[in-house]
This record gives sequence, C-alpha cells and structure tokens, in this order.
Amino acid sequence: MIDLTVIWAAIIGFAIIAYVVMDGFDLGIGILFPLFKVGKDRDTAMNSIAPVWDGNETWLVLGGGGLLAAFPLAYAIILPALYAPLIAMLLGLVLRGVAFEFRWRDPAHRAMWDRAFTGGSAVATFAQGVALGALLQGISVEGRAYAGGWWEWLSPFSLLTGVALMVGYALLGACWLNWKTEGGLQRQVVTYAGRLGIALLILIGAVSLATLTLEASYQSRWLSWPGILATAQVPLATVIVTALFYRSLSQRKDAQPFLWALALFGLCLLGLGISIWPYVIPARVTIWEAAAPYRSQLFMLVGGAVLVPVILAYTAWAYWVFRGKVDSEGYH
Amino acid sequence: MFDSLDALLLARAQFAFTVSFHFLFPAFSIGLASYLMVLEGLWLATGKGVYANLFRYWLKIFAVVFAMGVVSGLVMSYQFGTNWSVFSDKAGPIIGPLMAYEVLTAFFLEAGFLGVMLFGINKVGRKLHFTATCAVAIGTFISAFWILSVNSWMQTPTGYEIGANGQFLPGPSWTAIIFNPSFPYRLVHTVLAAYLTTAFAVGGVGAWHLLKDRTNPGARTMFSMAMWMAAIVAPIQIFAGDMHGLNTLEHQPVKVMAMEGHYESHPDGAPLILFGIPDSARKRVDYAISIPKASSLILKHDLNAPMKGLDSVPDADQPPVGIVFWAFRVMVGLGLAMLGLGLWSLIARWRGKLHEWTWLHRAALLLGPSGFIAVLAGWIVTEVGRQPFTVYGLLRTTASASPLDAPAVAASLLAFVLVYFSVFGMGIWYLLHLMRKPPQAHESTLDGAPIRTAGITPAPAIEGGEG
Repeated sequence: MIDLTVIWAAIIGFAIIAYVVMDGFDLGIGILFPLFKVGKDRDTAMNSIAPVWDGNETWLVLGGGGLLAAFPLAYAIILPALYAPLIAMLLGLVLRGVAFEFRWRDPAHRAMWDRAFTGGSAVATFAQGVALGALLQGISVEGRAYAGGWWEWLSPFSLLTGVALMVGYALLGACWLNWKTEGGLQRQVVTYAGRLGIALLILIGAVSLATLTLEASYQSRWLSWPGILATAQVPLATVIVTALFYRSLSQRKDAQPFLWALALFGLCLLGLGISIWPYVIPARVTIWEAAAPYRSQLFMLVGGAVLVPVILAYTAWAYWVFRGKVDSEGYH
Repeated sequence: MFDSLDALLLARAQFAFTVSFHFLFPAFSIGLASYLMVLEGLWLATGKGVYANLFRYWLKIFAVVFAMGVVSGLVMSYQFGTNWSVFSDKAGPIIGPLMAYEVLTAFFLEAGFLGVMLFGINKVGRKLHFTATCAVAIGTFISAFWILSVNSWMQTPTGYEIGANGQFLPGPSWTAIIFNPSFPYRLVHTVLAAYLTTAFAVGGVGAWHLLKDRTNPGARTMFSMAMWMAAIVAPIQIFAGDMHGLNTLEHQPVKVMAMEGHYESHPDGAPLILFGIPDSARKRVDYAISIPKASSLILKHDLNAPMKGLDSVPDADQPPVGIVFWAFRVMVGLGLAMLGLGLWSLIARWRGKLHEWTWLHRAALLLGPSGFIAVLAGWIVTEVGRQPFTVYGLLRTTASASPLDAPAVAASLLAFVLVYFSVFGMGIWYLLHLMRKPPQAHESTLDGAPIRTAGITPAPAIEGGEG
C-alpha cells in the first residue's frame, strides 16, 4: 500500500518550497525598499509585485493549514513552541500587506506606509528564519505537547538563520527586480544581487556547519560513509549553481539570475530535508507519529491531487498576464 | 492554576479580538465581490457607463477591504495552533482537512484572480476580466462554505469517532461531518448577513451622496440597487434566522436559554422577554418586560409548550448569559430596523419618490453600518453561546488552550491590539475617505493612479487632496 504519510510530507514540503519561491522575492523587495529612490523607482518596485503578492502569501496559509490537516500533532507542538517569532511574523505580514494598498490611498503618509512595508517585510522574514532555526535546533516535547518556555526559540543559531533568510530573500528580491525592471533601478539591483550572493554563500556555509553541531543525528546523516557520497553532492551543487548565478549576472541576463537564486534556495531546502527526515520535529516526533488518520489524509489527497495542478495553472496564467518589464505607471 | 486561568482568559480575549476584527472584512468582501460581479455583468450586458463607473468606484473600496481581510485571516489560520494547540491536536483530523479545502478551493481562487480583477482589465479584455471577477466572487462564497462548516461542526459535531489518543477522528462519511446539523442554517444565515451588510453599506453611501446631490446618476443607481436588496433579503433573512434559531433549540438548547434569558424552567408556556437586565448571580432577569407564553409560541408553535430553563443545566455547563442575551437583542433589533427600511423604500419606490424622500436617505445613512454591528452581534451570540466548550459538549475551552505562559499571551494580545487598532483604524479611515467621494462620470481605475501625470484620466484630481 502507498504510504499517504510520505505523500503528505512531500506535499507540505512542496508548499514550503512554493511559498519560498513566490513570497521570498516580494518580502525581499520589502527589505531592499528603503534603498530605492523615492518616487518612480519605489512605485515600479511595488507595481512589480502588487498583482501577485496575495497569491504568494496563500502558500503560507496552505503550509499552516496543511500541517494542521496532515500532521495535527506537529502543528500543535511547533506553533506554541515558536510563539513569539510566529506572532511577530503575522504582525509583520499584516503591516506589509496593507501597505500595498494604503500607500496609494494616502499620498500624504506614503513615506510612513513605505516604512511599514519595509519594517513588516523585514520582521516577517527574520521571524521565519528564526522559526526555522528554532525548529532545527530542537523543541522540548512532553507527551503530546510543547514543554519548553516561551524563550526556548532564542539562540545564536536561530538568530543566525534569521539573518541568513533576510539576506536570501533580499537576493531573490534583487534578482526579481533585475528581471522586471530596466534602467537605473535595474543597474542598482544588479549591484545588490552581486553582493548579496556572496553574503548568502558565507551564511549558508555558517548555518550548515553550525547545524552539524546541533544534533548527533545530523552529523551521522551528512558525514557517515558511504552516505557522504550522496550528501556531498549538495554542497558541490551549491558551488556550481553559485558559479552559474554569477555568470548569468555578468552576462546581464534578465530571468536567469532569479532562477539560479531560486535553485540555491532549493538546495538549501533539500539540505534541510536531508537533515530532518523522517522527523517533523527533529529527533522528537516522526512524520508517522504526527500524522492524521488515514481517512483525513485520503480525503484531502483526493482534493489536492485535482486542485493543486489547477491552482498552479491559473497562478501561472496570472503571472503570464503581468509578464514583461513594469514601470511606475502600473499595468495599463 | 491561577496562572493557567489567566493565560486562558488572555488567549480567549486574543482570539475574540482578532476574529471580531477579521470577521468584519469578509462580511463586507463576500457581499461586495458579488455586487461587483453584478455591476460588471450589467455593464457587459447593457453597455451603460454608470455600471462601469460604479464598478470602478466600489473596486477601489473592495481592494482595501480585501487586503485587510487577507492579512487578518492569515493571523486566524495560525492562531489555532499558537494559542489553541490542544484543540488543534484533538480536532485537527476533522477540521484540518476542511480548512485545507478552504485554502485549496477558495483562497487560491480569490488570490489568483484578484490581481487580474484589480489591475488586469486592459491586459486581458472585458470577458476574461469578468471571468476573473466571477472567480473572486465565487471564491469568497466557497471560503464561507468551508469555514462555516468548520464552525458548525464545533457547534454540532457529527460523523466523528474518538481515537485511543483522545483525538476526534473522521468516521466513514465526510458528508456527515461537512453537512453537520447546524451547517445549512448557519451558512444561509451568515451569507445572507454578508449580503445585507454590503447592501446597507452601499445604501448608506448612496444615501449620503443623494443627500448632497440627488441627480448624481451613480448615487441614484447604487441606492436603488441597495434598497432592492434590503427589501428582498431582509425578510428572507429574518425567516432564515428563525429557522436557524429552531435548529439551535434542537441541538444546543442551552444556548437558546441564554438568548432568551430563561433562568427558570416554564412547565406551561415560557414568556418572551423583550428587555431586561440578566443577573447571573441571582439567576433572574431584573426589570423584565415580557409577553407571557410568547417564547413557547415562537419556538414550539404552542402557547403552553413546556420550556426548560438554565435551572435544568449544571452551572459548569452554562454559557455567560448577559452577553448572549444582549447580543441577541442587538442583532434582532437591527434586523427589524433593516426590514423596516426595506419596506419604507418599497413605498417610496412605488410612489416614485425613492430618490426624493430625504428622511428615507437619512435613515439609510444611519443604518449604513448596521450590518457590521448585526453580524458581530450574531457572531457573539453563537460563539459565546457555545461556551464553555470549543467542541460543543465534548471538549471544554479550559482543556483546549496551548501550554503558554500568561506573559507571552499578554504581550501578544497587547501587540495585536496596538497593530490592529492603528492599521485597521487607518484602513477604515481610508474606506470612509473613498466612500465620501461622489461616484464620477469618469471614475478612475485603481492602480498607480496617484502617480499618473499624463492626462489620460482625471485621476490626479480625484486621488489627490486630503488624507
């Protein structure tokens, strides 16, 4: 019989990837926003994401809702454990989400809403990174509940992952704008992309090495013979993708740097998966322990199998409608 | 114990606060999306400019409402886990899939087509744009379908089994879970409430502009459309509400006792308490004005039908009476006022004075926000009336919360209060600002308008200025 739990783990993993692919760049644009010139450049940057940000964020809702549906025990342990970073993330997303509309509605306070857009994006990104680090470093569990205090998430490691994610999303944002804009703004973000790429590479290295010290299981997973023959491909691929990223950047390609930056994120998530699998809460709760009963999994899978391809199709269409370079005058 | 009780109260306050704020936005956007669909459909069918202008006028308002609904809804989808983790663990196998279906069938549909609806008219052409508008409108309805199914299951749980680990597990039939006994009634009642909320908001805006200039074609059309909705939907809603009440009497009689203020059992016909002050300490309603036996007549269709009161229920299983009692009267009172305005507008229309009777316009303006208040009051009746349980009769609220320290919840509650009041306060101010502008003969489109300098549209003149 096919193990639906594994399928659902793959679907949740896919939702996380889809979220990072789609919301990462628009959060990153929020982080870079104060560096853009007030007026035309900022409006252009905003217009490049206005039609799609809401759909992008829906993947985060699917990640949360899907976790509740497919792995209710994991949802019930992880969310209280990451209480502070998650609440900060939600409030950050509230601020930046409304800023999309409010900055147009209120020209007199546009500078304030631009700050809210940046502040909200930065807080949400940092909180996501912290949450990821906190999950990776381990969560105290007793019975079916979280057993730690309300500061357990805070550690040098989780702060490091928070910073790393901010740099990573900023890189995606810069690459997206390189794709979608022209002229001065494009030249500006190409410079940023080059610098952020180096910073991200250093941070990926730091996070990877630090991860190995967190749990004995991570070390044996990555470094034991002969598994290392397979796992070593991940850092190797990271080096190759980075080289291709810089080549495409120096050749002034539009879309390629963004796609290579996404590939870099894909490799990081793959590495994350290799570290954690088959746990959903590292070293504490496996996916099978946390899984919803067969009937819940099956009921959702029927819908998901039909709907996710349809969703991907019309999401792709929505992106296609707004293809090409944008300018400050919006999509007229 | 004292600490955990504090954390519980704070968690309840936080959920009540965030869900109340959130609920206002979808209550408006469900109705508004349908209204926009109708306006664009009429524009495509008749080619009349007034519909296109009204569409653009309300689209700007919709964009703001929808953005606030999305971000406040995102908070809700995580708060089940952050603050109600035991409930999530136990009920997750049942409500999780329903909420996942809401995301897959509704949220993506709305979000995917919203960009095209807001910004895409010149990119995709009218027909495809209308399709996008329809997709968004249908998405809002599907979203209501699933989330109300979840809520109804918490009120009237059916189709479940209890697992060895204490979880609620789905039984053989998902239909029994989705279409639980209170769901059809709650769905009809809530969706109609969203339509009425929108109708009265649109009617209030139309009335405001008619009072200033009764020749404005946009104001005349929107007021007329809104008053048709009021006249037709308000009576249907009262009927649907009555059916919903009878359903509640069957499945959650204790909630009805609290709504009615029936502390005592009445073996030979219960009175209908119109007004009074419930005193839960003494278990009586002070200064009650009541109609003898009328409650039995309404609820049981028999003057002398016996009705049990809260004296037949252990104290530990009773909801707070005062808040349920009052919220119910606010909802019913506003419903009757809406019905009255609808009938009044019919008389005015029949006499050909719909756009002339200024007192009708003043009343419509006054009732403009009535839908929002009624929706919140109704929500309070049903949610507070469900207490002291999260899953009615099966899982107590006290046994549902996350193992969080009180200071953590206090800090987050404070943060939510500050951010929500400032952000959504400003948002509501922008909405009022948009509504204050009269609909124009050449209504501007939505995006980038403030920064246009070319004289293609009169946008800068409309968009600039106060704020």
